[in-house]
Amino acid sequence: MTTAAPPAYVPGALPNVRRHRVSRSRVFLALLQRDLRVARKELPFFLIRTSLQPLLFIIVFGYLLPKMGFMAGSYTSALLPGILAVSLTFSSVQSVALPLVQDFGWTKEIEDRLLAPVPTRLIAAEKIVAGVIQGFIAAAFVMPIARLIMGPIAGLSLSNVPLVLLVVLLGATAFSSLGLLLGTAIEPQQIGLMFSVIIAPMIFFGCAYYPWAGLSTVPVMKYAVLVNPLVYVAEGLRAALTPSITHMPMIASTAALVFLSILFWTLGIRAFEKRAIG
Amino acid sequence: MTAAISTTALRKVYKAPSQKRGQPAPGQSPPPGGYHALAAPNGGGEIVALEGLDLEIAEGEFFGLLGPNGAGKSTTIGILTTRVRPTGGRAFVDGENVVENAAAVRQRIGVVPQRPNPDRSLDVLENLVFHAAYFGVPKGEATRRAGLLLRKLGIEDKARAKIDELSGGQQQRLMIARALIHEPSVLFLDEPTVGLDPQARLGLWDILRELHDAGRTIVMTTHYMEEADQLCDRVAIVDRGKLLALDTTARLKARAPGGTLVLLTLDGDAAAAADVARALPGIDRVEVEEATLRAFASRGGEVIPALIKAAESVGRTVKDIGLREPSLETLFISLTGRTLG
Repeated sequence: MTTAAPPAYVPGALPNVRRHRVSRSRVFLALLQRDLRVARKELPFFLIRTSLQPLLFIIVFGYLLPKMGFMAGSYTSALLPGILAVSLTFSSVQSVALPLVQDFGWTKEIEDRLLAPVPTRLIAAEKIVAGVIQGFIAAAFVMPIARLIMGPIAGLSLSNVPLVLLVVLLGATAFSSLGLLLGTAIEPQQIGLMFSVIIAPMIFFGCAYYPWAGLSTVPVMKYAVLVNPLVYVAEGLRAALTPSITHMPMIASTAALVFLSILFWTLGIRAFEKRAIG
Repeated sequence: MTAAISTTALRKVYKAPSQKRGQPAPGQSPPPGGYHALAAPNGGGEIVALEGLDLEIAEGEFFGLLGPNGAGKSTTIGILTTRVRPTGGRAFVDGENVVENAAAVRQRIGVVPQRPNPDRSLDVLENLVFHAAYFGVPKGEATRRAGLLLRKLGIEDKARAKIDELSGGQQQRLMIARALIHEPSVLFLDEPTVGLDPQARLGLWDILRELHDAGRTIVMTTHYMEEADQLCDRVAIVDRGKLLALDTTARLKARAPGGTLVLLTLDGDAAAAADVARALPGIDRVEVEEATLRAFASRGGEVIPALIKAAESVGRTVKDIGLREPSLETLFISLTGRTLG
């Protein structure tokens, strides 16, 4: 009874053992580890990129304007969930879309991952999961800072943590998947256009800086903005974090986010596969 | 011998308007003025990149795909490496279907791209260790292999370097290390020496020879005749998506027109000597360029004494004699009517 020692690795030599098929979950974790390693290396830039804009908003609208008396102090209760929604969703979109646009557009760096011995859709799914994690990180970073700058927030309730997590998870999934879709569809030259034509209008008409119910004064807008996925993240977070503010029924925003997650997930993965396999 | 790779009636048609968006072979980007400029349009805005390619490559073979830009070389590699979906026909690598069993094919292959595409967010060692991880190689083992490969390829001092700190040749070596770290049985290289300086190119040749000697199947595209000639067991000459010739380099060269080339350098103008040489039996063609006389003869060496006599008969002395084997280049020109460029 001899135990065969593992064959010594000779660089460049041909393996004489038939390899086992690698488990998909193992490859998936390796891909995820790579993205998180890169994210960690770029953490300061990542936080600045995704949080600076919401933070500036907090300073002006959550601190300065209420202090000057232009805004009622209660505005911060409507603003906080909205700010969180913006940080969450746009860090998710960006952390998936930006590297992909570059990778597919010119550097072709993603090639080494596209050669991984798993179905291409698994590689696409990994991108979404990495985006969800980065969305969580951005939200977790902005939340305490927002609370710190805005001071006490009327009606803020932390009793619904599972509900908050659910909305954050669904929002991050929908927007990471959207990032996958945009990242495979957009050419590097069009990145600027993506921000000004898609992202900026989404933020401004996403009910992030005002509650959806407030749009009742402009009924056309109230229904037009429903095509904007951000609305459901902002309203869902309002329902979970500041339930005393008038908000869209939790069931409606959650259902919409489930629907959008499935839609963008399916479209995003299909677009990725199409782009990856010529 | 088992076939490491086989293709049957492999066909690839690109839709012409997708030129900008869906690039023909992601990563193996089309050569400048590639398919689109050269491939024959097939009516309704379609571009035929491959037109019924049949190949059989044996295990352990060093196989060359030779052809000009736009010939369909990169598309062939793209299909065999599961990165391009064929429009028709079938292809197998190590017995696995490249479309139906793409993951199994990927497990068995290593790919060196046309232009190095290392993961720039990672350093050199991380590039290798992560790539190994995508193939299920544990970190400790991957690190060990990476060290050995880097040493073998002469860039062990760069293990902790950022990608930007590597020269083009070093990046290409890193690509080879990456392609080998998961121990593939088939190695694909798409024009691996384009853009390398001559020294780096020779270095790469040595590495490839060694990998081949170890028994690995290697498939390489190139548009350098010399490269195919130096390295490959067999060469397929492709152009406009079709296979024009497929044989060992020696036999392909034997098919080259005009046979062996005899080069004579005289001590003065060779025109008069050429007139005499043209009348000699066994000589197919004679060209003159100042003091150089080029004679094509089917039985190369045998005509040398006669050629020397011809030169002396017009009062010239032969200063140098050279023999050139029939070249792939001459064959290629006679097959396609074009040079490789």
